[in-house]
Amino acid sequence: MQAPNSPALADAAANWTGAYVHIPFCARVCPYCDFAVVQGQDDQVGRYIEALVTEISVGGSWRPLDAVFVGGGTPSRIDPGLLVALIERLAEVHGLNPDAEVTMEANPEDWSSEKSDGFRRAGVTRVSFGAQSFDPVTLGTLGRRHGPADIMRAVERARTSGFSSISLDLILGTVGESLVSWEATLDDALELPIDHVSIYALTIERGTPFGRAVAAGGPSPNEDDQADKYELAVRRLGERGFVQYETSNFAKPGHACRYNLTAWAQGEYVAYGLGAHRHLDGTRSWNVRRFDAYLNRIESGESPIANSEALDAIAKEEERLIVGLRRLAGVEAGERGRRWLAGSAGQRLAEAGLVKLTEGRLVVTDPLKADTVAREIVGA
Amino acid sequence: MLPNDRIRNFSIIAHIDHGKSTLADRLLERTGAISEREMKEQILDTMDIERERGITIKAQAVRLDYRAQDGTDYIVNLIDTPGHVDFTYEVSRSLAACEGALLLVDAAQGVEAQTLANAYLAIEAGLEIIPVMNKIDLPSAEPDRVAAELAGVLGVDVGDVLSVSAKTGEGVEELFERIVADVPPPAGQATDPLRALIFDSYYDAYRGVVSYFRVVDGSISDGDQIRFSATGDRHEVTEVGVLTPAAVAKDSLGPGEVGYLITGIKQIGQAKVGDTIINAADNNVEPLPGYAEPKSMVFSGLFPSDGEDFERLREALDKLRLNDASLVYEPESSRALGFGFRVGFLGLLHMDIIRERLEREYGLDLVATFPSVAYRVTKDDGTELEVRSPQDLPDPNSLAKLQEPYVRAMILAPSEYIGTIMELVLTKRGLQTNMNYLSPERVELTYDIPLAEVVFDFFDTLKSRTRGFASLDYEPIGYRESKLAKVDILLNGQSVDAFSAICHRDKAYDYGKSMVGRLRKLIPRQLFDVPIQAAVGSRIIARETVKARRKDVTAKCYGGDISRKRKLLEKQKEGKKRMKMVGSVEVPQEAFISALRVDSDE
Repeated sequence: MQAPNSPALADAAANWTGAYVHIPFCARVCPYCDFAVVQGQDDQVGRYIEALVTEISVGGSWRPLDAVFVGGGTPSRIDPGLLVALIERLAEVHGLNPDAEVTMEANPEDWSSEKSDGFRRAGVTRVSFGAQSFDPVTLGTLGRRHGPADIMRAVERARTSGFSSISLDLILGTVGESLVSWEATLDDALELPIDHVSIYALTIERGTPFGRAVAAGGPSPNEDDQADKYELAVRRLGERGFVQYETSNFAKPGHACRYNLTAWAQGEYVAYGLGAHRHLDGTRSWNVRRFDAYLNRIESGESPIANSEALDAIAKEEERLIVGLRRLAGVEAGERGRRWLAGSAGQRLAEAGLVKLTEGRLVVTDPLKADTVAREIVGA
Repeated sequence: MLPNDRIRNFSIIAHIDHGKSTLADRLLERTGAISEREMKEQILDTMDIERERGITIKAQAVRLDYRAQDGTDYIVNLIDTPGHVDFTYEVSRSLAACEGALLLVDAAQGVEAQTLANAYLAIEAGLEIIPVMNKIDLPSAEPDRVAAELAGVLGVDVGDVLSVSAKTGEGVEELFERIVADVPPPAGQATDPLRALIFDSYYDAYRGVVSYFRVVDGSISDGDQIRFSATGDRHEVTEVGVLTPAAVAKDSLGPGEVGYLITGIKQIGQAKVGDTIINAADNNVEPLPGYAEPKSMVFSGLFPSDGEDFERLREALDKLRLNDASLVYEPESSRALGFGFRVGFLGLLHMDIIRERLEREYGLDLVATFPSVAYRVTKDDGTELEVRSPQDLPDPNSLAKLQEPYVRAMILAPSEYIGTIMELVLTKRGLQTNMNYLSPERVELTYDIPLAEVVFDFFDTLKSRTRGFASLDYEPIGYRESKLAKVDILLNGQSVDAFSAICHRDKAYDYGKSMVGRLRKLIPRQLFDVPIQAAVGSRIIARETVKARRKDVTAKCYGGDISRKRKLLEKQKEGKKRMKMVGSVEVPQEAFISALRVDSDE
C-alpha cells in the first residue's frame, strides 16, 4: 500500500480523472460557511437533481473516472435513490474505473442506518463526515445541529454498511474553544474506527455571519491558538498512525483521498452543479453560484458556466508549484522551481528554513507556512 | 471728507465663546448694516472652520453708520481680532489700527487668560478700554462677581462695567453711546502726507491682493500713485473702499478711516502686513511703526498618506500661504513616510487649522509627525544652529549646549484648582513665578515653562483637570539650557526616522515606551522575531517584540477552486509591494501612519 505522503502517489494523481458534483441543500447554513449553499429549498431537490443529470448528459463523455466527489452543501440530505441516478449517469457518460473512489460529504445527524446502507448501495465508497468538534459548546458556536453521539453513531453505521474509507472533518480554533477541548475532540475522534481526518483552522470569510460579527468588533480566531492546536493535531494524529499528506489532511496508509490528490497534482476534473469548478483541457471554469440562475440556465438549454480562465505556460507552472507545495510530498521543482529557489526570495526562505530541495522536489518544511512560500512564487 | 471727530475705531477683545461674534452681529443689525434676514449667524467669521470652531482667524473690519442719541452721525469702524493665543500677533495688528477696545467678558465665566493678555496689549498700545459684561441673560450669570473681577483687573470702578446681552440686544444702545463718548477720535491731519497702516492682507482669486488699512495721516484716493514703504514698490490704486460689510468703493478715504485697497498686485508678500502706505512722490515720510514678524513656534512633518499626492500638497501649501504669511515650510523626506514638508506653525491651533484646511479644502489625506519646537544647538566648535526636526540633531557627542524655547504661561482659574494646576505644571517642568488673586475666587498663576511641554497636550490636560474652568495664555521668553535627549525608535536594530523625538531626559522613557508599545500592535508579524526598541544614544530604554508569525496558510482549496487561491495570493503579493522595508522588516505604510495618529488610541 502506498504511503499517503509518497511522492510517487502525489505525482501519479496528475494523470487521474475526477468528477465533482455539488449538492447545495442545507437544513441550516452554518455561520462560517461561504460555499454555494441554499436553505429552505428542499422542495427543489428533485428539480435540481434533474438539472444535474441534464448537465452531465449535455457535457458529453470524457475519460473513465478515477475519483468522484459529491460535495455540498449537505449531500446526505438527499434521498440515496437520487444519488443512484447521478452516479449511474456519470458512469454511463464517462465510465467509472473499477477501483474508482466515490466520496460523499455527510452530516452526522442525517446518517440513519437506512441512508448509510442506501448510499453505500448507490456506489459511494468513501464518506466524509462534517464532525467539526466533539465539544457540544463548540458545535453550538459553529451552528451545527448534531452532538458528539451523532458522530459516533454515524461512523459505526458507515462501518457496518461497508464503506471502505471513513473520514472526519474537524475545525480547530473556534472562538471559545480551549486547547483542552480541542485535545478532547482529537482523542474522541481517534477512538472511532476512521481512516482519514481533515483538520481545518476556522477561517472568517466576508459576508458570512461570522464575518459580519468580526467586522463589528467581535472576537476573531487567534493565530497562535490555531497554530498550537494544529501542532497538537499533527502530533496526536501521527502517534495514532495517521500520515499527514497535505496541509489539512491525514490518512492511514491506502486511504488518501484520490479526488483531492488529483486537484493538488493539477490533474483534470469535470464538475457539475451550483458554483462547481472544473479543470478540463487546460482551462479552469466555474458555474454560476445562484441557485435560480443555475436552474434557469440548465432548463433553458444554456451553459451554466459563469466564467473561465486559461493560464499561459508560466502561470500554469506557477500554479503547479503553489498547489503542489501544500502536499508533504512537495512538488517536482522543475526548471522554474529551481530558478526561483536560487533567486533572492527563494534563498531568503531557504535560509529561514521554510523551504528546501529534496531529490528534485520543492518541499515546504512547515505546512503552516505554505502560503508564505506560495506568495513568493506567484508572479516571481 | 469726514471730520475726525465723527469717527471711532475700536476692536473687541474676548475669549472664545464669550460672544464676540454675536455682539458684532448685533452691532451690525442695530446700525442697519445688515438686515436680520440677510444675517447668517456670526457674519464676521467667513471660513467654515472659523464658524465650526467658533473662532476668528483673520482680522476683518466693518464700517457702521451710527446716529447717536443726540442726533450726531458717526462712523464706527469695528476691527475684528482673533481670540486665540496662537494669533496674538494678529491681535496686536488690529489694536494698532484702533483708539479703543471693548473688553468683553462672559458674565458666567469671568475673565480668561487670553482676554487678560490681550487687554494688557491694548493698554500698552494706549487704547481706551471699555469693560463689557456679556450674556447677562444667562441663568448662570454672576454679574456682581464678574463685574468686580473686571473692574479689579482694569483698575476701574465697578460702575464703569457695561452689561449687555448680545443675544437679546439688551444694553447694545448704551454700548454704542459709550463708544462714541469714550473712544477718542483719530488724531491725524488730512493735509499731512499720506500714511496708512496695512493691518491685514489677503489674496482674492479675482481681484488679486486686497489689503485692509487704516489711514493715519493724509488721504488715499482712487487713481493715486502709492508706494509700500518697506518694499518700495510703486502701484496705482485701482480701488479703495469700505466694508459695510459688503465692499463699497469710495473716491477717497481720509484720516482715521478704515478700508480696503486693491492695486492689482498678485503676491501677498508685496503688500506686507505692518507696512505703511505712502504717496509715491513722498520720499521723506517716516513710516509707521510696523509689527514684529510672526515666528513659527511649532514644527511638524506633513506627509501625504498617498505618496502620489506630494505635488498636490505643495500646491495646497502654496495657496494657503497666499493668505497666511505665518505659514512656513520646506521639503522633508522620511524613509518611513516618503516625501513631505516640514511645516512651521504659530502654535497648535494654527497647526490644527492648517491641517484641517489641507484635508478639507484640498482633499488631502495627511500624516503629521509629532510636533516639535525649534531647539538651539551649540556644537563643540562653537557653531550654533537651530534644529526644527529631530533628524537634524547633530551627534550628541559633538554638542556643547542644547537649549529649548521657554514661554511665560499665564493661567487664570478658580482658586479651588490651584493645587491641581501646580501639580500639572510640575510634571511639565514649569516654574511658578507669580500668583495673583484677581478676586477671592479667581487666581492668576504665572509660570516659566518649556514651550515643548505646552504645545503637546498641556492645554487639553489643563482644561480637563479644571473641568474647563482654567484658561491659558503664553508668550515666548527666550531659550534656556535643558537636559534634552533624542529618542530613536529602532525596528530590528534600524532607526525609523519619523518616530525620533527630542524630549527632556526624564520624559524619554515615557515616550519610548508608549511608541514602542504602539508599534508592537501595528507591525505585522514576520518570519522572525522583530525587536522594537527605544534608544537614547546607544542605551536601550524600552523594548517590545513582535513574535514571529506562526501560521500563514489558508484552510483549503474550496471544492477545487484553485483560481481563487491563486488570485488571493497574487493580491496579497500586490499588498506586499506597498510595504516599506526597514532593514529586513516589512511594514505597511498604514502602520507608520496609525502610530503617528496619537489621538485615536489615547
